[in-house]
Amino acid sequence: MNFPVLKGAAYALIQANDMVVHQGSTQTSEVRLNPDSEHLKEIHKHLRSFEDCVAYPPNQAYIGNIRPKDLNGIARPWYENPLKDATRDGKHGEMMPLDEFYGLMKAVDAFDLVLLEESFQNRVQERLLAHPAVKGWKMLEKLNKNHAQQPQLDELVAGHKAEPMYFEGKLIGCVKKAHDFDAALSEHVMFENLVSKASAAFCLQLLFSKTGITPSDVEYIIECSEEACGDMNQRGGGNFAKSIGEVCGCLNATGSDTRSFCAGPAHALVEASALVQAGIYKNVVVVAGGASAKLGLNAKDHVKKGLPVLEDCLGAFAVHIGENDGVSPVIRTDIVGRHTIGSGASPQAVMQAIVANPLDNAGVKLKDIDTFSVEMQNPEITEPAGAGDVPKANYKMIAALGVMRGDFEKADLNNVVERIAMPGFAPTQGHIPSGVPFLAHCKELMGEGKLNRAMIVGKGSLFLGRLTNLFDGVSFIVEKNSGVISGGGVDKDAVRAMIAEAMQGFAASLRAE
Amino acid sequence: MDLENQARIKDLCDKYGNENLIVVLGGAEAEASGLAAETVSAGDPTFAGPLAGVPLGLKAYHMLELKDEIDPAVYEEQIAMMEMVLDVDAIRQEVETYRN
Repeated sequence: MNFPVLKGAAYALIQANDMVVHQGSTQTSEVRLNPDSEHLKEIHKHLRSFEDCVAYPPNQAYIGNIRPKDLNGIARPWYENPLKDATRDGKHGEMMPLDEFYGLMKAVDAFDLVLLEESFQNRVQERLLAHPAVKGWKMLEKLNKNHAQQPQLDELVAGHKAEPMYFEGKLIGCVKKAHDFDAALSEHVMFENLVSKASAAFCLQLLFSKTGITPSDVEYIIECSEEACGDMNQRGGGNFAKSIGEVCGCLNATGSDTRSFCAGPAHALVEASALVQAGIYKNVVVVAGGASAKLGLNAKDHVKKGLPVLEDCLGAFAVHIGENDGVSPVIRTDIVGRHTIGSGASPQAVMQAIVANPLDNAGVKLKDIDTFSVEMQNPEITEPAGAGDVPKANYKMIAALGVMRGDFEKADLNNVVERIAMPGFAPTQGHIPSGVPFLAHCKELMGEGKLNRAMIVGKGSLFLGRLTNLFDGVSFIVEKNSGVISGGGVDKDAVRAMIAEAMQGFAASLRAE
Repeated sequence: MDLENQARIKDLCDKYGNENLIVVLGGAEAEASGLAAETVSAGDPTFAGPLAGVPLGLKAYHMLELKDEIDPAVYEEQIAMMEMVLDVDAIRQEVETYRN
């Protein structure tokens, strides 16, 4: 069987200190409920410089300059042990400062909702026109016109007609509401959607600049962030995917949006793999941008405990799934795990459904999987907030499941965790850490012969949408390519099956005689 | 503890009386479980939710403390795996603090 392959993946981080303060939901909730709080006074003292954010070891793992397991050799806390000579440019991606990103938000805005102050706009235009990945965007022309003057910005924001854009504490722009009273097109929603679109488009462009695919190769785009775009008649009508592809010049592509909270990317990758394997499209890209609301989600705990605000980055990724090239890792579409409506919501039931069941169905043992990419949240972010080390908890659950099934001895539990685990390195942007951050590393490690099989796991908390208490989860296996590509006609397995069937029929006819 | 859950617990107390309720927790971390136990006994220590300054005095137990009360077959199917994973002693110790 010819499986689809993982052709490439790219990653982006955008450091967004001012968004943490002005758009992060923890902070905006605090402004609403407790405007004089200590947290709002203190948070500014805990924001990092862009340079510190770049040198932060987990961020360097996310953009591919170090491997996730390299973090084991760096003493915690990682924020006190920055990487020397770290650069914003990564092997698999890039980190961008907020001023440049505001320029991208204006560039990708199709309805003239983003206004930037004149001198700020001129400055970021210059920088973006020199940026190696995005300098060719036709949409950068938008930065030539419609400059705003400071009084205009002040008035729009003060009149609640626009969401403010601050840079280093100064109001330098805004996103206007797209309708007088439609809540789905409010300044707040438009801001979040443009953040998501701009960061996704930037990352898709990085995929083009860092891997072999060109925009015209892409036939289908699946966008899998956690935002919704539409108006009051269809709040989640879509289509982020096409709007992102348009920015990057994917003229031959169509696309659509897939949602399932943090499990969205895993669903999207299974869908992309199926579309390629079925021969419907040759090249499918799965893409997602970042979420401004989640910036500084645990900032209260970080500030209270004297840490920097570590959730200061928007995350984005883009993954290319293509036809078998005999080299890139294959996606084993015959071993797909799914949490069904009837699976049950206990952690044990979830792990059984998404990890154990697909392996059992395929006759593969847990010990045959070299590593698991689970929810790869950076533990340095979650531990101070009382949420523990999320990837480690998942690895323990997988090992414990193996013990219960008789795959491993209970005494071996810690050794199994040690073997299959890698430290979390992704920002806590919901869908961003969920399985996907490992894919570029996975491809590289398989290419080097250091990894044979990895399970990618995505899990989602559907109760947050208040429509169901069901949980969600999807998994799939990425495997080193055997190098054999089945021909266009009938493959060997199919021929064997046909011969066996013919022999059975012949034997049956003899018996009948 | 989630603000909405705080409101639900407060409503249940109004409806059934504090003396008729216990709280069963399922958190994975000792600290978070302790925080929840504190919230339903002494009030919300973060002063963010409906239980801020409202000491309901409810006793909280973590699910893992109630092993003897559960059908062994159900426990094996639903919880045994997590018992291997979680730091049961730390959770018990933390939650117990707020019952005494």
